[in-house]
Amino acid sequence: MLDGSFACEMVSSRVTLLFSKKFPMLRLIYEFTESIRIAFAQIKANAMRSVLTALGVIIGIVAVTLMGTAINGIDRGFQNSLAMLGDDVLYVNKWPWRNVEDWWNYRSRPRIRPEHAVALNRVIEQTPNSLLEVAVPVMGTRESVKSGSQQISGVIIFGTSDSYSRLMSADFKSGRLFNETESAGGRQVAVLGYDVAEALFQSRPAMDQTVLIKGQPYTVIGVLAKQGSFLGMFSFDAQIIVPLVSFKKYFGTRRGGGELRVKVTDKDRLADATDELIGAMRRVRGQLPGERDNFSINQQQAFKDQLEPVKSGIAMAGLFITGLSLFVGAIGIMNITFVSVKERTKEIGTRKALGARRRTILLQFLIEAVAICMIGGLVGLGLTFGLCLGIQAAMPSLPIVFSMDLVNISMIVAVTTGVVSGFAPAWGASRLDPVVALRYE
Amino acid sequence: MISPAAPTHERTLRPKGDLVIEIEGVSKLYTMGEETIHALRGVDMKIFRNEYLAIMGPSGSGKSTLMNMLGCLDTPTSGHYEFNERDVAAMIDDELAEIRNREIGFVFQTFNLLPRATSLSNVELPLVYAGYSPSERRQRATEALEKVGLGDRMHHKPNELSGGQRQRVAVARALVNKPSIILADEPTGNLDSKTGVEIMGLFEDLYELGNTIIVVTHEEEIALHARRIVRLRDGLIESDTPVQ
Repeated sequence: MLDGSFACEMVSSRVTLLFSKKFPMLRLIYEFTESIRIAFAQIKANAMRSVLTALGVIIGIVAVTLMGTAINGIDRGFQNSLAMLGDDVLYVNKWPWRNVEDWWNYRSRPRIRPEHAVALNRVIEQTPNSLLEVAVPVMGTRESVKSGSQQISGVIIFGTSDSYSRLMSADFKSGRLFNETESAGGRQVAVLGYDVAEALFQSRPAMDQTVLIKGQPYTVIGVLAKQGSFLGMFSFDAQIIVPLVSFKKYFGTRRGGGELRVKVTDKDRLADATDELIGAMRRVRGQLPGERDNFSINQQQAFKDQLEPVKSGIAMAGLFITGLSLFVGAIGIMNITFVSVKERTKEIGTRKALGARRRTILLQFLIEAVAICMIGGLVGLGLTFGLCLGIQAAMPSLPIVFSMDLVNISMIVAVTTGVVSGFAPAWGASRLDPVVALRYE
Repeated sequence: MISPAAPTHERTLRPKGDLVIEIEGVSKLYTMGEETIHALRGVDMKIFRNEYLAIMGPSGSGKSTLMNMLGCLDTPTSGHYEFNERDVAAMIDDELAEIRNREIGFVFQTFNLLPRATSLSNVELPLVYAGYSPSERRQRATEALEKVGLGDRMHHKPNELSGGQRQRVAVARALVNKPSIILADEPTGNLDSKTGVEIMGLFEDLYELGNTIIVVTHEEEIALHARRIVRLRDGLIESDTPVQ
């Protein structure tokens, strides 16, 4: 027989009800954990369907994260390249580092001559509290280089003075830069870029060896550490630095394209330093008031300004295209959630009859959609990680970087996709009329 | 424990308790296309605690509509409905869900168990919505299953149970939240007659224990288990008589 403690149980049941009414949060947590349990049971029960649906999300996540990684990489390469220029260095050139339409106004400007550096340094010394530290002359050309049987052509030969050491961004792998005496005396000594040393001497030490630049013997006194290329245009590792005096002597000034590099004392006051430099250069050049500057002051910012739109353009286009694949994945999720709601209409009716509120039903289907997306997101992330490692191993020069941000972003993207695509069907389910839902076969 | 082979009961009429349900002039209109259907045309009814009531009527009589109304699955187009002195007619969806959860235990013709959940999980479901903790859910659901004689089938899924056992699970689920009424819609409709008698025996026991039971059926034999029969025709109460 049944035991007859019904009345007593009724009382205890009311007490518990009061308790749970007092803590609606607790009830929400129970509903939530129940929904998660149901979601995973459902995914397991419809394994094939869930996997296929998740595949859309996986592809979307992989595409988006790989694109993100690539953009990250481009950005890093970009930052590295700019760092090579130095953020505390102003460049004095004949031409500005931007596209000019009135090129005829620039063409007739006098060349920037290395001698300007001497005069400029004198002006800097005379200026109290100058924001400029030192001006360094630089000239460059391309020549072929030979050592023993090894020959390479198109190496950037870079003539400068010993004060170049004060604004150099590269590190030495071994050796040093030429000193004042060697610089002023035009001694035939050279500092090799990493790739040049590698190409000429392979694994043998390059120090104190002799290289022939355009037939002229130079003694190697230093080798630079690896730096990489500047925006993929030219490599800092394929250069040779020699004293300016000997550069002028052998590699000519016929085309005469020189520049001055001026280090500033405080990079936070770059604008003031630029103004000072313009004034100093005008003095050196002996320009009259009212006359337009016949030189340009450049800095890395100019590159940034030019390349930033290109970079963001690539990012926008890339994310848009990869976003489309994610969108298709999201449609898959929405579709499968609609199917799931349709299939389980009667179950929804039963749950509503047993006291499930709109919120409960909404949560249940939302969690199901989000769970599929999160599984897809995790798998996609794993694939991206593997692909990144693979690409890095196969092509080390590509700036592909897998970062922790990527994990966060892809999980956020996955969850958002789940919520957005699952919402409409879940909302529909939550608002089903229980009478209609119960009658559904 | 109820022994399944004990369908005969001495018919006792227990004294009526407090008023649980009071409906007055309840009508329900459906519009299907351009046609308006009067499913209920002004029904008055009072149901007291610990009544055993059968609602009968041919199809189209408004029987299902009345059951949906009593079960707070639907609200009347016009009229008055009080459940334990609370005005149900004016309630919104979630309030109705609350009433269904706490006050009404449903037993369906097609059992409506969740196919992939065990008996225990199925019975726990109303408790989840009521906000009980997992341990309390387990305890109560176990008790309810033992009451209907399924203490040894708690971890079976519906497809591992017979029809009668499934309906017992459904009854346990209806009981588990200690509702004010148990509302059964053709509870024996999908069972063979022997199993049907067993289930009706279970209702008899529950009635003896003080539960209020409303059975909606079109079978005279089933209705005769109740102590009061309400007959509907064309959306109106045709008769409301006690069973001797």
